[in-house]
Amino acid sequence: MSVTVDLPRHVPDDSLPQPLVLPQDYGIEDRIFRGGVRAAGYFVLLLLFLIGLFLFLKGFPAYHRIGLKFLTTSGFDTLARHPVYGVLASIVGTLEVAAVAMVVGTPVAIATALFLSEYAPTWSRRTLIALVDLAAAIPSIVYGLWAVFELQDNVVGFSTWLSRHLSFIPFFRVVSPPLNASIFIAGLVVGLMIVPIVASISREVFSLAPAGEREAALALGASRWQMIRTVVLPFGRGGMIGAVMLGLGRALEETIVVSIILSQSFLFGDHILQHGGSTISQLIAINWGQGGPLGTQDLLFCGFVLFVLTLVVNLVASRIVNRSRSGAGVEL
Amino acid sequence: MSSGSDLQSAPPGVLIPNTSASTGTLSSGNVVGGPTAGGPPLAPPPTPRRLPTPLRPSDFGSTDVLLLMGAALASLALVWVVFYQLTLLSGALGFLVCWYLVFVGLTWVGTAQVIERQVATDRVVAVVVVSAALLMVSLVVFIVMWVAFKAIPHVHWGSLFTRDQKHFVPSDPNILGKVGIAEAIVGTLEQVAVATIVGVPLAIATAVFLNEVGGRGVKLVRTVVTAMSGTPSIVAGIFIYSVLIYTQVIKYSGIAASLALIVILLPSVTRVVEEVLRIVPGGLREASLALGAPQWRTVWSVVLPTARSGVVTAVLLGIARIVGETAPLLFTAFGSQVMNANVFVHDQAALPLIIYSNIATPNAVDHQIAFQAAFVLMSIVLVLFVAARFFSRTKGKKSGKPSEDDLMARFFVPIPIERDDGQ
Repeated sequence: MSVTVDLPRHVPDDSLPQPLVLPQDYGIEDRIFRGGVRAAGYFVLLLLFLIGLFLFLKGFPAYHRIGLKFLTTSGFDTLARHPVYGVLASIVGTLEVAAVAMVVGTPVAIATALFLSEYAPTWSRRTLIALVDLAAAIPSIVYGLWAVFELQDNVVGFSTWLSRHLSFIPFFRVVSPPLNASIFIAGLVVGLMIVPIVASISREVFSLAPAGEREAALALGASRWQMIRTVVLPFGRGGMIGAVMLGLGRALEETIVVSIILSQSFLFGDHILQHGGSTISQLIAINWGQGGPLGTQDLLFCGFVLFVLTLVVNLVASRIVNRSRSGAGVEL
Repeated sequence: MSSGSDLQSAPPGVLIPNTSASTGTLSSGNVVGGPTAGGPPLAPPPTPRRLPTPLRPSDFGSTDVLLLMGAALASLALVWVVFYQLTLLSGALGFLVCWYLVFVGLTWVGTAQVIERQVATDRVVAVVVVSAALLMVSLVVFIVMWVAFKAIPHVHWGSLFTRDQKHFVPSDPNILGKVGIAEAIVGTLEQVAVATIVGVPLAIATAVFLNEVGGRGVKLVRTVVTAMSGTPSIVAGIFIYSVLIYTQVIKYSGIAASLALIVILLPSVTRVVEEVLRIVPGGLREASLALGAPQWRTVWSVVLPTARSGVVTAVLLGIARIVGETAPLLFTAFGSQVMNANVFVHDQAALPLIIYSNIATPNAVDHQIAFQAAFVLMSIVLVLFVAARFFSRTKGKKSGKPSEDDLMARFFVPIPIERDDGQ
């Protein structure tokens, strides 16, 4: 037996408030907005591509002229009848400056980061962090000014001392004085400049080390250093490596400080303490406009080399930092 | 492995009150044994045992202060003898470095003798860490003060901000009263203003794309933004040169400098603004959309106003960063001795350029002008920095993440933006 009920038909009543029907699709305004914003995003993409493309295209004639000799020659003599130019000494110099900077800057930066995250009293922490960040905000030209007028004379004495008493280490050998305007001094200043960069990232990853493990270590009777060594540093290892690499990227590109301090010379080798040297960015900054059309092309291609070098270093570094910050790189 | 064994072999005499534990069992044995045996030789009543307060490695008392001072004195004496008698010619810096190294060594030896080896290691690490931080902090303070002290005594405030260097005569002893760096201040302000006006909206739009709109290419754009924030500033300069000046579209001018500065400004501001937009609670967006607002209205009237202080911080820090850039200006603005207020044509001066070119000359007057330009530049950077901290202060407390410290750090440092969603 079935009962059929006659349900009342729904009669639309205009007096009742109607539910708002949200549009399924974006309206015309929103489509314009999303398109515009997306265009901005893609513009950044385009920009990076254009940087690489233009430097390569405009500099390529200089490379094409001598081919791979570009990488095995040193010098900037583009106005001569038989032009001699290339980046070998500059690449070696760039790496040497960066190496000195890393040797000087990394320990200071890691120690500073440890202080900020582990040792500093809470009330002073924010101020100290601000001061270290301010070190990153000081323009490099000011570092250069300070280095030339204040630091250099003091370091020359130290260089002399190193070259006298540690000359059995190949890098500290000096063939011909003077000892100012050297790769060592330039690297030292760049090393101070990368400290805030490495310290900021390291501090962040150190502070991410879990409190439970820290307390466990301390409860087992570990001293503060033992706790840091067994908990904080292993947790922060990946981030630290990435931070150092980002610092390396910065050290490779530094232009102004190196141009101000280092006097140009295309002799290269292991004597970093003595006068003269060359880095890629310094080569570009110092010789700009002095080598005719070929010189400009040469320098543009040098810029392309520097661009690719720092891009690779930075991409690898940010991948490492990202992995470490998301916790994937941590093993326990 | 090594860590575990270290923990177990923690200093017995220091960390675990071993001695008191053993005496405790001994005396209680006597007490228990006494009554049952009923023996006449009653043990003398145990003197109330004072529990030694456990010494923790983090304790820092007068012994430690004395140890540090002793180590400092001893190393000073030692290095002085060795240094000045045996190895001359090193200057103050070498002396300080050697003193410090010997000081660290002696601290370790001393603490190891007096207290314990593991405590010594802990102390030495603390000394190294504190001194590194001290070095950095004092370096920053020193550089800022140094620039001020070098510049201020010779400043002629009247001419500094009003005259250019057209009538510069290096031999004139009173020349500093007759020239100024007005042309560089005007140039820098104009270039930075144009770069900010063009670059900041672009950066905010890109950040909105990354965080609000999404869609295809977000991951790629984010990677590229991170990569670009590490692009050498000199590359930004020669890029603009190769696109516009090399191809003779425009000549050396302030506008070319602005474009180069945009290349530097864009990725860094984008990254910080994206971080800031991430903190805006999703509920606000949903509330706005549920009320029927279109997305652009939601972003414009809800998301951006909520993140206002963070965006202002990002912009201020962005300006602080590009105002001191020197390398890109070499290939774009080129520098000039005379006032050129037109940003669109002809070479234009800038504060960093004036410092750069004046360092190279042997003239003391030129150096003085460089110091004064550096002083003005540092003042601008400091004001922007303090203002940025002021604006970020109100927000960091409420949301907590990311804190303003992280924001500041993220600015000058190409830290990648961590995203777990695949948007």
